[in-house]
Amino acid sequence: MSKLPKPNEMLRINYMPPKTGWQETPVDFRPGTFLYSGRPESLETVGLPNPRQWSPEDEDWKLPENWKEIILEGLRERLDKFRSLRIFMDTCVRCGACADKCHFYLGSGDPKNMPVLRAELLRSVYRKDFTTAGKIFGKFAGARELTVDVLKEWFYYFFQCTECRRCSVFCPYGLDTAEITMIARELLNLVGLNIDWVVTPVANCYMKGNHLGIQPHGLVDSFEMLCDDIYDITGIQLDISFNRKGAEVLYVPPSGDVFADPGTHGLMGQLMLLHETGLDYTLSTYNSEGGNFGLFTSHEMMKRLNAKIYAEAKRLGVKWILGGECGHMWRVIHQYMDTMNGPADFLEVPKSPITGTVFEHAKSTKMIHITEFTADLIKHNKIKLDPSRNDNYIVTFHDSCNPSRAMGLLEEPRYILKNVCNNFYEMPEDTIREKTFCCGSGAGLGADENMEMRLRGGFPRANAVKYVHEKHGVNMLACICAIDRASLPPLMHYWVPGVSVCGVHELVGNALVMKGEKKRESTLRFEPIGTEEDE
Amino acid sequence: MGLTFSLLLVAALILAVFLGVEALGLSFLFAIVIPYLAIATFIIGFILRVVKWGKTPVPFRIPTTCGQQKSLPWIKQNKIDNPFSTAGVVARMALEVLFFRSLFRNTKAELVDGERLTYQWEKWLWLGGLIFHWSMLIVVTRHLRIFLDPVPGFVRIIEKFDGFFTVDLQNVYITGILLLAAVTFLFIRRVVIPQVRYISFAADYFPLLLIGSIAASGILMKYFFRVDLVAIKELTVGLFSFSPVVPQGVSALFYIHLFLVCVLISYIPFSKIMHMGGIFLSPTRNMANNSRAVRHINPWNYPVKVHTYEEYENEFRDKMRAVGLPLEKDGSEKEAAAAKE
Ligand code: HEM
Ligand code: SF4
Ligand code: SF4
Repeated sequence: MSKLPKPNEMLRINYMPPKTGWQETPVDFRPGTFLYSGRPESLETVGLPNPRQWSPEDEDWKLPENWKEIILEGLRERLDKFRSLRIFMDTCVRCGACADKCHFYLGSGDPKNMPVLRAELLRSVYRKDFTTAGKIFGKFAGARELTVDVLKEWFYYFFQCTECRRCSVFCPYGLDTAEITMIARELLNLVGLNIDWVVTPVANCYMKGNHLGIQPHGLVDSFEMLCDDIYDITGIQLDISFNRKGAEVLYVPPSGDVFADPGTHGLMGQLMLLHETGLDYTLSTYNSEGGNFGLFTSHEMMKRLNAKIYAEAKRLGVKWILGGECGHMWRVIHQYMDTMNGPADFLEVPKSPITGTVFEHAKSTKMIHITEFTADLIKHNKIKLDPSRNDNYIVTFHDSCNPSRAMGLLEEPRYILKNVCNNFYEMPEDTIREKTFCCGSGAGLGADENMEMRLRGGFPRANAVKYVHEKHGVNMLACICAIDRASLPPLMHYWVPGVSVCGVHELVGNALVMKGEKKRESTLRFEPIGTEEDE
Repeated sequence: MGLTFSLLLVAALILAVFLGVEALGLSFLFAIVIPYLAIATFIIGFILRVVKWGKTPVPFRIPTTCGQQKSLPWIKQNKIDNPFSTAGVVARMALEVLFFRSLFRNTKAELVDGERLTYQWEKWLWLGGLIFHWSMLIVVTRHLRIFLDPVPGFVRIIEKFDGFFTVDLQNVYITGILLLAAVTFLFIRRVVIPQVRYISFAADYFPLLLIGSIAASGILMKYFFRVDLVAIKELTVGLFSFSPVVPQGVSALFYIHLFLVCVLISYIPFSKIMHMGGIFLSPTRNMANNSRAVRHINPWNYPVKVHTYEEYENEFRDKMRAVGLPLEKDGSEKEAAAAKE
């Protein structure tokens, strides 16, 4: 890993574009700002083309002989399959409204991180080969030839977009650079250009059911450890089940929460809540991952990984599916799953057996978000909460990109937070809800070798946290995304020391008054509990 | 470079008509042939483009949600920014098309004191853009007076409001002036803001210069170098009734105006101005966010290779048995190996 600049050095950002035009400015693979190439074994596992050893820093990327033909043919095929792509290629007026909306541009000043230029990287090639004006007028019509250098530029910048869709909120035509990035990554994949942080989780998830490649017994062990911790804290022994046929509900959390803090604490909170409500649910080892890095690879890969959820629900004969706190997982579930792998006619419309609420808005997909489930419980007074147990925390909420801009899950987590803790403050309006800033590590960019770029991309988010940290003493950043829980801690450590990160359900777990529990001495992270000190 | 190119191009176009009409006497070409060609190019090109878009499938339901979803009945949904129904989508689109709602969200980010990111009020682009487009719409509508006989009632009403102000006893159409002002603003903004200049190329300057020149020549004709309106109406009505004539006494200024309009409309189908069609078809804006309630169909959805539970259990059966996980097939390790074959 390269040495990180200090925060004040990092902030010497030059927003002035360079003297040379963007088409004449070559890409610079500076250590700390790009990701390592995909391991050949991982590509082989899932049958992706051109597996080989290579590095982005190499001169020769070992592309197939006819790489150009492959890419252009791939582009033609996708232009005929996605209206989004056609419209987005044709309608941008380069008004620049999206430019300073991208966290990577704000954190780096690199003009090719303006969403409009990121899109132009592909659009210029599209013009050259697919439009009359581009064919005739060439450069004057903004067209350019697809060369290896252009391809390298694509690799660098399309793996420097977290597919967060913030630009799309501000564009007068809703032009979504995330969509362009998704399709550009598909094209890159056709010639074997991928990053290891995406393709290895994909391969693991495909074979073993989760990103980390944990085998079934390892998974069971890990959950048992969480249950032991819960026992130590509450005196209650949870009885959880895996792959159990005939359960009412299949519960699918992101696997990141099983293995790393602070995700584990949030998962404990969810397990405690489900125990307390008596919901008849089961976990699956075959499908132990809701997250789906296929989304960051290709539509086809997304479908291949996502297929397990319905397949497993069908095999186990459950009635409906409950999903954990994960951001991009919910983009897939909300916007793609039913279309790709439905119809889920073997399931029933989700109905909370505790409150009787029927979740009509999920009547086709048959899957609901844990915060929808919990908010409903709280509204109906079905669980007992003692928010003062979280009094050590002054909390703010980070909206993850996908639940906010590809779903609109904004109030559910807030409602929960306001019921489980006494100190809650919002970050400035321009940085939350649909205008939320990405953590900077989404869409598979969360690898350590990319740390400088992650910290740059996460700067706008961190800066807003800093604001409430200084103004209200906020010391806890709650979120509903597994990637956030992995990436926000280093981000806070770098930009806003003194702020920790938690899942929303960690705070639920702390506040939850369970039947027969012993007096709580500590929080789910084994720190002294909030109320204790004042008593 | 793009800027110089566009400037030269527009100048060349103007010079071409001027010389064509004044020196070569090509009035017939500029008064009749080119307008017909331009209108045909516009209509055919526009339709072809929209049909091409329309024929391309929309495989997934991908609205960009800009407000609270519809979920639990007691949580207030944002029905416009996150529409669940067609009515909501129509409202959202109407706000986009008529008032540039998304552009209205615009802010300007600035790093203050080298450490604090701020987001400042910046609605100038929205305002300039809105004035530009609305003025253009009204100006174009007013032009119907020249093509249609009798003049339709709504055109008269628009004229009345538009020409509310008088200068020296002469009605001044405010939209014409606003159009020129707005297009000038958009042009200056494009040249002056370094980032916007950086992303611009010829195809961005050219339409602005073209529209600016059209507006300017129009204003010159109306207020400074009066043209023979009767002759012009003879020409335009002739064009529209397919019995074209080239009247005498039409000035070069008018030919410049007409020719630039012809260039503009024939340019539209090949350019970014197609955004006027694209905005209606943009999947992130024109779809309801009801994908968990109503299944969206992808016409080209195809079967993919998946790793089945059976394959998974075959690989891990013994390990699963060891931790007491339920199994579909409780075979031995050997059988498992055989099943794998
Ligand atoms: C449904 C109709 C239309 C809508 C909703 C629409 C919307 C917009 C929006 C939101 C912008 C970006 C902001 C701005 O620069 O103003 C824009 C830019 C632009 N529009 Fe339109 N437009 C429409 C029709 C047209 C037509 C008919 C023309 C020309 C004949 C046109 C010419 C332009 C140009 C040249 C720009 C770029 C301005 C610049 O370079 O800064 N538009 N349009
Ligand atoms: S906001 Fe939209 S139209 Fe404007 S430059 Fe960005 S992508 Fe293009
Ligand atoms: S999707 Fe997000 S990361 Fe990608 S260009 Fe848009 S704002 Fe930037």
